[in-house]
Amino acid sequence: MSAESSFSLLGNLGAQDISFVHAYENPVMSEFIAASAGGFMVVGAVIVIALLSYYRGWRSLWFDWLTSVDHKKVGIMYIVVAFVMLARAIIEAVLMRYHQSIAVNDPGILSPDHFGQLFSTHGSIMIFFVAMPFVSGMMNYIMPQQIGARDVSFPLLNAISLWLTAAGAALVMISLVVGQFSTGGWTAYPPYTSIEFSPGEGVDYWIWSISLTSIGSTLTGLNFATTIYKNRAPGMTLFRMPLFCWTTLCTSILMIFAMAPLTIATLMLALDRYAGFHFFTNDSGGNMMNYANLFWLFGHPEVYILILPAFGVFSEVISTFSGKVIYGYKSLVFATMSIAVLSFTVWLHHFFTMGQGANVNAVFGIATMLIGVPTGVKVYDWLLTMVRGRIRLSTAMLFSIMFLVTFVLGGLTGVILANPPVDFAVHNSLFLVAHFHNMVIPGVLFGMIAGYQFWFPKAFGFRLSERWGKASFWCWSIGFYLTFMPLYALGLMGAMRRTVEWFRPEYLGWLQVSFAGAMLLLSGFLLLAVQLIVSVRQREQRRVPAGDPWDGRSLEWSNSAPPPEYNFAVIPQVEARDAFSWMKEHKKAYLSPDNYEDITVPKNSMVAPVIGVAAIVFGFALVWHIWWLAIVSFTGIWGTVIARSFVTETERVIPASEVRADHEAWLARVREAPVTPREREDTSDNVGRAEVLA
Amino acid sequence: MQGNLKLPIIVKRCAAVLLLVLMSAYAGASDGFINPAGPVAAALRDHLIFIVLVMMIVIVPLFIALPWTLWHYRIGNKKADYQPNWEFSWPLELLIWGLPVIIVGVLGWKLWEQTFELDPYKPLAATEPLLEVQAVSLDWKWVFIYPEQGIVSVNELMIVTGRPVRFRLTSGTVMQSFMIPRLGGQIYTMAGMVTQLNLMASEPGEFRGLNTQYNGMGFANQKFLARAVSQDEFDAWAASLRQSKPPLDQTAWAQLTKPSVLPAPQFFGSVADHFFAGVVAGFTGGGHHHLIKDGSEL
Repeated sequence: MSAESSFSLLGNLGAQDISFVHAYENPVMSEFIAASAGGFMVVGAVIVIALLSYYRGWRSLWFDWLTSVDHKKVGIMYIVVAFVMLARAIIEAVLMRYHQSIAVNDPGILSPDHFGQLFSTHGSIMIFFVAMPFVSGMMNYIMPQQIGARDVSFPLLNAISLWLTAAGAALVMISLVVGQFSTGGWTAYPPYTSIEFSPGEGVDYWIWSISLTSIGSTLTGLNFATTIYKNRAPGMTLFRMPLFCWTTLCTSILMIFAMAPLTIATLMLALDRYAGFHFFTNDSGGNMMNYANLFWLFGHPEVYILILPAFGVFSEVISTFSGKVIYGYKSLVFATMSIAVLSFTVWLHHFFTMGQGANVNAVFGIATMLIGVPTGVKVYDWLLTMVRGRIRLSTAMLFSIMFLVTFVLGGLTGVILANPPVDFAVHNSLFLVAHFHNMVIPGVLFGMIAGYQFWFPKAFGFRLSERWGKASFWCWSIGFYLTFMPLYALGLMGAMRRTVEWFRPEYLGWLQVSFAGAMLLLSGFLLLAVQLIVSVRQREQRRVPAGDPWDGRSLEWSNSAPPPEYNFAVIPQVEARDAFSWMKEHKKAYLSPDNYEDITVPKNSMVAPVIGVAAIVFGFALVWHIWWLAIVSFTGIWGTVIARSFVTETERVIPASEVRADHEAWLARVREAPVTPREREDTSDNVGRAEVLA
Repeated sequence: MQGNLKLPIIVKRCAAVLLLVLMSAYAGASDGFINPAGPVAAALRDHLIFIVLVMMIVIVPLFIALPWTLWHYRIGNKKADYQPNWEFSWPLELLIWGLPVIIVGVLGWKLWEQTFELDPYKPLAATEPLLEVQAVSLDWKWVFIYPEQGIVSVNELMIVTGRPVRFRLTSGTVMQSFMIPRLGGQIYTMAGMVTQLNLMASEPGEFRGLNTQYNGMGFANQKFLARAVSQDEFDAWAASLRQSKPPLDQTAWAQLTKPSVLPAPQFFGSVADHFFAGVVAGFTGGGHHHLIKDGSEL
């Protein structure tokens, strides 16, 4: 296609944009690495397709998973997306750490352009396509079961949210093979990301992948908040909800209000780039400060969107593995709500250095430190939850404890950064990089891994290997300290983020230690994969069909593992907080209900995958200015939505007799199951029936 | 359970490693505000240490209580008190809310005071007169205009030891951030806008200066040397530039504004009046003069 032709069928896309062609034409190390990454993705996709064909998995993939609107399957698919993207983003991190550890008075292995793309994709992926889907998946899987519901309020909308997020992730993955990604970092600050300074498709990839997922997250927030307000089981008052549901509620509210500024900011940036607008340009009245405000009006609540659900996980895990009720339940609820509200009042601390007056900076600095109060309260509430308990150091518990220790240090550096004068000195430095990794790795990732270890037996019916889990835990923990403590030191020594080459020899040792730590973090990730493989192979000895392997406290542990499609054969009547513990103590668990009723569940629908695929095409077409395809795919998206509104039969009925047969068979099995004392939790004795002490 | 034994040790080790890291960074630093060469950086460092010490009131108890709790209430210790329904205590509740509130109160009060005290726009108290420097960030270089001396240096900054410097900064391209780590904090530069920063070197020396805000391929190379010299040396330097260096004219400026990394610093012996104001006005679409907060003309 000729580059001059403005009405090309493929827009701006040409053969030289394919990473392999590009590497062939410029055979240097950096291009070779980029092409290999693209190659890995293509080979990975081919292997998945081959395996699916070999095991005849296509039917099952389509009918059991992709078209499913069951909140549990949607949740699992979210987490699969998160793990796939985590693999890429961790490898990118290791690559950057390695590059920096040799790039002292040396150009290293990556070109400045490639390095710029790496930190941009690493940040964007970790926030939007690892943390967000992991959190959304966890909330999807657990929350409806904890409130005694059969699904979320809008199951199809839920699947569409998933597919919009997956579409965004797919666009980022496509950029590995076709074209370049942005070098503007995960925040994409203009005017650097304007068409004047960043021509080409990179920033457009960022804009459309982020826009798609931000719309998905807004819908998720609406869906979950509605579910919690409207779908709770009888007796499940707000103040009887497990803390994970409270944190899900707060996160949903934050999503509703905080995602909009991001969507708006990315669309305004798109108007600047595509239509010659001047919202954020240097001239014609544009002002990038508006972008910084909009972005962080989203960006700061986003931190709590991610961390609050993890706080919920820690509350559940610590309480369960201490064999005790949570200490200070109401205190934790108020602390969570305070954090949610305060998170909207601090966004300016991301740019104390923009030149506003001292009074503005001081107000936002104090507001920032105020968040430390409820957060500190939470930490001590969790500590007091363990006091007077009987603590079992399972993998999930170990991650939670390491979170407490590490998070407090991140809190310390957070308070340091909240002080505008000190922030002036460490803003943009590796100190800042160390700080936010110190919040997000223990605060989000450890939380999600703890949740994954904790609820895996519920979702798949067998326990994960504790031995491999603990091996992974040590790699994650030690790896974290080795990687990020040196970055704190480097930041204080004046080393700045996003630097492709250093000129100060005293940095070298610190950077090498940091790289060693990054390798340990990668090992931690790989050990999680080993754990999964080993556990799948040993699944017969690890089965917990009775559904309650940890002496769980909330309703999700009261049904089978894995749970039936409809979650609860009969909607439970909730009598107390820690509803399932109460049932077990009052001998009300595992009773046969008096009568069964028909259950309506939503039918599978291909609407969500169709919208998802159309969204990928739409984003791709916009990135490459293929206008006809953009129009076709956009019409496809809305055409699907309109067509769906004519479908009248969206539910199917599971007859009461079938529910009765399944449920009674399971109950019979549970009643025969041996009771496991907590000391033998990690043995094949544990089939999911917990010993009740009280 | 084995894990019970390991954990307290690892917690202590992590704390020890952290302490070691901070201390050795402090001792080994030849750059950064923790090795200050001026009053602003020294004040920032002192404020940092103050915060860390106050925060220890919240952190140390956790680091002691957590390992003890894990050990004492381990499942194997049947002698430990077990109260599965213990969920609240008013005295503890008051303590865990009250203490953070008091600490944030103290830190907040100090924050307010220090934020005004160390406001980058606030001229530094000193007996010597202010030295005015106007800085323009370009891709990937720094242009320093000395309006009183009528000279310009690129990628090298000359200041006078013991004399406070007032920077007025703008950008001729994307947003950047100006910083000399050993002298103090940073401030953004933005096209069409002027920010200010007050710094001072209290000892003679050469300090690294840089842009901290990523701006593309030459970002890592966008650095300059800040030299603090005596008034006599400064005057001699300015005089030599005026004598021997070419003027900063339109051709030279057009060359500078092209994205590039300069192999060596450049100097210009004269510059038009209000050149800096012209750079700012170039983005705001008018030739009119811009007034800043204190009413003085740019």
